[in-house]
Amino acid sequence: MIAELGAFALVLALVLSAAQSALSFSARWKHDAALRGAGEGAALAAFAAVAIAFASLMTAFVTSDFSVANVANNSHTDKPLLYKVAAVWGSHEGSMLLWDLALTGFGAAVVLAGRRLPPGLKALTVGVQGLLGLVFIAYTAFASNPFVRLAHPPVEGASLNPILQDPFLAIHPPFLYSGYVGFSVVFSLCVAVLIEGRVDTAFARWVRPWALAAWSLLTIGITLGSFWAYYELGWGGWWFWDPVENASFMPWLVGAALLHSSIVTEKRGALAGWTVFLGLAAFSFSMLGAFLVRSGILTSVHAFAVDPKRGAILLGILALAAGSALSLFAWRAPLLKAGGLFAPISREGALVINNLFLATAALTVMAGTLYPLIYQAATGQPLSVGAPWFNLTFAPLMTAVLILLPAGTLLSWKRADARGAVERLWAAGLLALATGIGVFALQNAKGAFAAIGIALGVWLIAGAVTELAVRIRLFRVPLKEVVNRLTGLPRGAFGMTLAHIGVGVFVLGACVETGWRVEAAQALKLGDQVQVGAYSLSLTDVTQAEGPNYSAERATVRIKGPQGDSVLYPERRFYPANRQTVSQVAIETHGPSDLYVVFGERREGTDPSWLIRAYWNPWARMIFGGPLLMALGGLVSLSDRRLRMAAGAKARAAAAGARA
Amino acid sequence: MLQTPGNAVYIEPMSLLPKSRKARRRLMAVAVAAPILAAGAFLSIYAIGDGAVFFYTPAQAKAKHVPSGRTVRIGGLVERGSVVKGPDGSVSFVVTDKIATDKVMFRGDLPDLFREGQGVVTQGAYRGDGVFVAKEVLAKHDERYMPKEVADALKKSGQWRPDATVSSTAPMVAGGAGPGRATR
Repeated sequence: MIAELGAFALVLALVLSAAQSALSFSARWKHDAALRGAGEGAALAAFAAVAIAFASLMTAFVTSDFSVANVANNSHTDKPLLYKVAAVWGSHEGSMLLWDLALTGFGAAVVLAGRRLPPGLKALTVGVQGLLGLVFIAYTAFASNPFVRLAHPPVEGASLNPILQDPFLAIHPPFLYSGYVGFSVVFSLCVAVLIEGRVDTAFARWVRPWALAAWSLLTIGITLGSFWAYYELGWGGWWFWDPVENASFMPWLVGAALLHSSIVTEKRGALAGWTVFLGLAAFSFSMLGAFLVRSGILTSVHAFAVDPKRGAILLGILALAAGSALSLFAWRAPLLKAGGLFAPISREGALVINNLFLATAALTVMAGTLYPLIYQAATGQPLSVGAPWFNLTFAPLMTAVLILLPAGTLLSWKRADARGAVERLWAAGLLALATGIGVFALQNAKGAFAAIGIALGVWLIAGAVTELAVRIRLFRVPLKEVVNRLTGLPRGAFGMTLAHIGVGVFVLGACVETGWRVEAAQALKLGDQVQVGAYSLSLTDVTQAEGPNYSAERATVRIKGPQGDSVLYPERRFYPANRQTVSQVAIETHGPSDLYVVFGERREGTDPSWLIRAYWNPWARMIFGGPLLMALGGLVSLSDRRLRMAAGAKARAAAAGARA
Repeated sequence: MLQTPGNAVYIEPMSLLPKSRKARRRLMAVAVAAPILAAGAFLSIYAIGDGAVFFYTPAQAKAKHVPSGRTVRIGGLVERGSVVKGPDGSVSFVVTDKIATDKVMFRGDLPDLFREGQGVVTQGAYRGDGVFVAKEVLAKHDERYMPKEVADALKKSGQWRPDATVSSTAPMVAGGAGPGRATR
């Protein structure tokens, strides 16, 4: 019954989405408040219907109802409850339902949170969101329905891939999808603005919080995925430049550009057309990602079912949504008035540079991701574009923009004093240079790139701190006033400082980990030792251990290090339901650094031996801590009262006054 | 130069810049954007020489005379009974496309789902003696998975067994798979 209820709710949601968009559009057409209210009601009901469908699927998973094909293919009675729940979004069909849930959920959020939006703009936004819901729910219901029953249900399910049975991966998709789909609100709002043909103050004030929310959630989602890859895949890597990772990284880059350009639009009324364009681009990249991940068109280390038919439909959806939105943009964007003027050396100018670099970086990532497709279509020769290409193209672009970042934050709006900004940054610059030169002098030439990276990281962190110090006039006015200024600062200011420190922390972590990682691999007999960095590891015992749905070989690895002795227990887990063996890495953290031990396969011989691989990953935690700081910065900015109050209108009035 | 409204009336005589403010804005935007986009395009094209890795099956690699030392991907099926594990952590196996074979040497742990008789993609370079030294072995963590290139190549050579592929009605498990990596 429960599957039929879910299927029914899904079709109901489809009809409600259609009603939502039809009612909302006609409400705008006729300026009819009753129709608008009906459209909003339909949006809330569509969300409720998808939520019922989602809850039904979850119930089917939790109760292990193997008559549902999706459950039979992805679940097993042995699995712990958390992974039965996580398996709901572990498959293509279920994750599309999660996508629909997020899409209708954000639609409902617009209805509930958008009371201050002008009625016409709100109706159009809800209407466009309804169209997106209609298309994606139709795709779920007709092309990848998770509620399909099996004529002959199996006694036991095929279970979820064991490497996905992990707490971090269980919560990774909800964050990632909220981020991806969060951009749909920005998309709908931008389409609505284009239909209206004018940039409203409400638009400027509205686009930023949604972009911030979506981007912060996406950041958390990507970081969780990266952290999972780091400790689950067993070779210590945290970013592969794999097509699927790039698919999530492109909307992230565009989203980062968007939330910077929306500041200019909000505070100064400028760059409105560009902000609208980025708003359309961000969700288009989300949809491109969905297509790349689900079509199996690119060989990836993490992909869903290879099904060209579904891929073709998703490509159609992408072409329809992005194509019509961009056509609308080309037609209507000239109507959007150019706002406040600014000199090249100004906060606006700096944010334009930021946007150009981020957009170019997104384009290069897209080029590298799609190049194999285009090349193979043209020549028939398959090829792949790997990490070296991305490192060579992406790193220089990012280095350039990150060098400029601290100076940009110190420029004032409209027309700035470049010398003043440079003078304020001399201490930060000196510190960064000294650190870089110091590192270079102490290390061999191999460390040159790492030294540049470290200098850059120090520059970013010191620059962010300097900016805050300048704002509160630290050391320039009495301490009491400094405290007053600090407590009086808007949250957005702290958000920016946090996010930019996060970038610096990430750069430091990435460069130190890449430059000074130590690894060792050796087949060890019981009692043998292997040295990695400052640590000496000895394999003292191998025992059997039983888990809830696996049996494991557990190694006892004794570690002698500068801080004393310890023991780690890396495992090799065999999951009988999947007939798969998965390594469970053991990690010992030393501050931000990790000692990372992998228990490899048994080598038969006169004496059995086991392959032990160990890594010393210095400052690895900062690679994940940095992005989390960025996301935290985004959320702190989001909580800024100014984004909820009508302060944007005041700022615009002030800007208009300044212009006059 | 962009003019702020205060001094917009003042335009230097003999200026090469366009006179209208709008045109100046546009020129400024192009002047700033063009070098950044050009840098991105230049880097992309410059790096493609190192970054693009071609995929061959053993027979294709022989036909193309892939020079030793160049990084390529070799894919096919792992020949049954060909996996030899050395005591030092190295492993060798034979990759076949049923027409030609390549011996592959790899140092490190194979991916958990590496199996004899199943599809595999390895990245590395041929040694002078024709042995392929893999730096990376990619195998999906799913026994139903067949790398797309391998499937296509097998179809072309007529060695395709549909039962080895993913059935389109049975959705596969999502998710990650780890490429095994050699110790450098």
